[in-house]
Amino acid sequence: MSRPEDILPPDLFYNDTESRKYTTSSRIQKIQSTMTHRALSLLSLSTPSLILDIGCGSGLSGEILSRPESEGTPGGPHIWFGSDISSSMLGIALEKEVDGDLFLADAGQGVPFRPGTFDAAISISAIQWLCNAESSEESPAGRLSRFFGGLYSSLRRGGRAVCQFYPKNEDQKKMVSQAAIKAGFGAGLLEDDPGTKNAKTYLVLTVGGGELDG
Amino acid sequence: MKLLTLNFLTCAIKTCKTQPASFPLHPRDAELEIVETDMNLPFLKNILPRLMWDELRTITSELGLPDLPPTPPTRSNLVEGGEKDAVAEEEEQEEVVEEPTQTAKDLHRILLETCIKEGKLVCGACGHEYKVMEGVANFLLPGHLV
Ligand SMILES: [Zn+2]
Repeated sequence: MSRPEDILPPDLFYNDTESRKYTTSSRIQKIQSTMTHRALSLLSLSTPSLILDIGCGSGLSGEILSRPESEGTPGGPHIWFGSDISSSMLGIALEKEVDGDLFLADAGQGVPFRPGTFDAAISISAIQWLCNAESSEESPAGRLSRFFGGLYSSLRRGGRAVCQFYPKNEDQKKMVSQAAIKAGFGAGLLEDDPGTKNAKTYLVLTVGGGELDG
Repeated sequence: MKLLTLNFLTCAIKTCKTQPASFPLHPRDAELEIVETDMNLPFLKNILPRLMWDELRTITSELGLPDLPPTPPTRSNLVEGGEKDAVAEEEEQEEVVEEPTQTAKDLHRILLETCIKEGKLVCGACGHEYKVMEGVANFLLPGHLV
């Protein structure tokens, strides 16, 4: 199977047909939901928080963030803002009337929030797109640096971020985590089901030092 | 887009980020709507110290909404009986569900239920305009502004 990010940039790949396919596939929904819950458990939130969802797509993760603790969302219901580069995906989120505020934005251009805005950030299956340079004036390194720099400053001290992503290879995994560390984060990589075709990579980021024990 | 969000958004243009006038973004030609949502008192208590109150007042006045008080409420202003002494509060916390005060309800209305549906957000430093359509703000920048 070819990787979508090798074919087209996400705003072109996730056109209306692809967005709908992605959002209505029950297999994808289930995987997305499992990964969101995993990310939430790594964030360890104990109270309703302000969360940024990078690459929120049609709001599959956001719907989970909006649920109360009694429905399985630790610390919920959270208030979230979601950004995505695909207007088709955001269109579906609008149709579903998700609770979060939505932004059309390219994470590789930075994170336009004032310092210390968020308690936490989450990103599911999105940041591998940052490793693609879509035009000659951009480089993956520049995009990663703008993204992690902006994310770092937009989180409050003691805040956390969890980014699940699909690295193409070990080099890409290293490039992404190095970019996060360079931005100031404490970073750890966590792998579920390593070595299998269901392997999931989580980049767990902390602001304000402190080692991860995961 | 909730007014809460506008209290955290800044201009996305790199050269603008260090300019104080790049926050808050100013709504222009804004069409507002009220979207009712459940009261989330623990969230209000969490976010309160992070609000930039003067800037929130600026925005509500620019939108022609009723004036907010000059000083922000405190956490205890948000909870019914919140002024009680700490010991009593601690004893009660076990079972009692906290009730929001009118102050909390007003804050909920302004921050979480008052939304910009259509319009523009304008940077006070560089003048860049971010369009808002169906409540979604467009923060995609042309390559030369990144
Ligand atoms: Zn600006």
